[in-house]
Amino acid sequence: MNGKGGQALTALKAAFPHTIPILTGFLVLGTAHGVLMKVAGFSWWWPLLTSVAIFGGSLEFVATSLLQAPFAPLQSFLTGLLVQARHLFYGIAMLDRYRSMGRKKPVMIFELCDETFSINCTVDVPEGVDRGLFMFFVGLLDQSYWVAGSLLGGLLGDFLPFDTTGMDFAMTAMFVVIALEQWLKDDRHFSALSGLFCSLAALLAFEPDSFLIPAMILILAALLLGRRVYGDGGEEAGS
Amino acid sequence: MSTREQLLTVALLAIATMLTRFLPFAVFSSGKPVPRIVSYLGKALPPAIFSMLVVYCLRSVDILAGSHGIPELLAVSVTAGVHLLKRQTLLSIIAGTACYMLLLQLVF
Repeated sequence: MNGKGGQALTALKAAFPHTIPILTGFLVLGTAHGVLMKVAGFSWWWPLLTSVAIFGGSLEFVATSLLQAPFAPLQSFLTGLLVQARHLFYGIAMLDRYRSMGRKKPVMIFELCDETFSINCTVDVPEGVDRGLFMFFVGLLDQSYWVAGSLLGGLLGDFLPFDTTGMDFAMTAMFVVIALEQWLKDDRHFSALSGLFCSLAALLAFEPDSFLIPAMILILAALLLGRRVYGDGGEEAGS
Repeated sequence: MSTREQLLTVALLAIATMLTRFLPFAVFSSGKPVPRIVSYLGKALPPAIFSMLVVYCLRSVDILAGSHGIPELLAVSVTAGVHLLKRQTLLSIIAGTACYMLLLQLVF
């Protein structure tokens, strides 16, 4: 018992410093997510629920919007799939590293968000520290920061000492920043431009509440047609 | 929508998310090559989807009426400008949001 507990403590202590940059980021964005849901009229436990059940920042911000629109289960599900599709990529990259993790494995896969992936995919686990436990705690710490921020935001949302009109722009600003980062990383810009023009075309042709599905279909079609632009991407497979 | 429909929506979003996280581990093994179409989409989708989400956030802006989308245009420019200068995500988000709130509360 002692040995096992000691091992876990060592792994936790080794993992924590790697997650400090995520701690600040997740506390601030998680709190913003909680506040925005609260300001939109949801009870304090809604941000808690979405951050525990979904645990994907981008989609949780989008969820706040979807939940205020008319019920559209198919649109919501497909939006969830495409917003989160990048996780497929993370899973493929982690097949090897997450092998033989035993009972921890489902939890580790559940918690595989962008930030946890970026740490666990690249980190060199210090000698004498259990690799599995180390990566397990990175995921656990990251999710707990996000959940804590969301809960805090949900509780504080009513007591902000200033006018919150326009604060929902935080979601727009967040996606502008992510889209800009994606733009800078990809010098062909084909995907970003497809996303932009397909979405605008769909928005012109359909209503704001129902343009997402047509936009996603157009984007998939454009990307499949433009596959040659990216030289197929097959070299990423299995590495 | 009703609370029931809202809970169902959250459940659907959670299931969609978990599908994307668990599917690779259920379907692929580290020995076998991954279908090229899957690795292609994994790489090519994110820029398109985040551009789509920017459009989604701004979907209700009417450039023909009200404030004609001017506060949104300015705040998006401030967000992107600050980000290009400093490359610090939180700073860019806070600057853009503060700009938008001030424009909405004091100007428009």
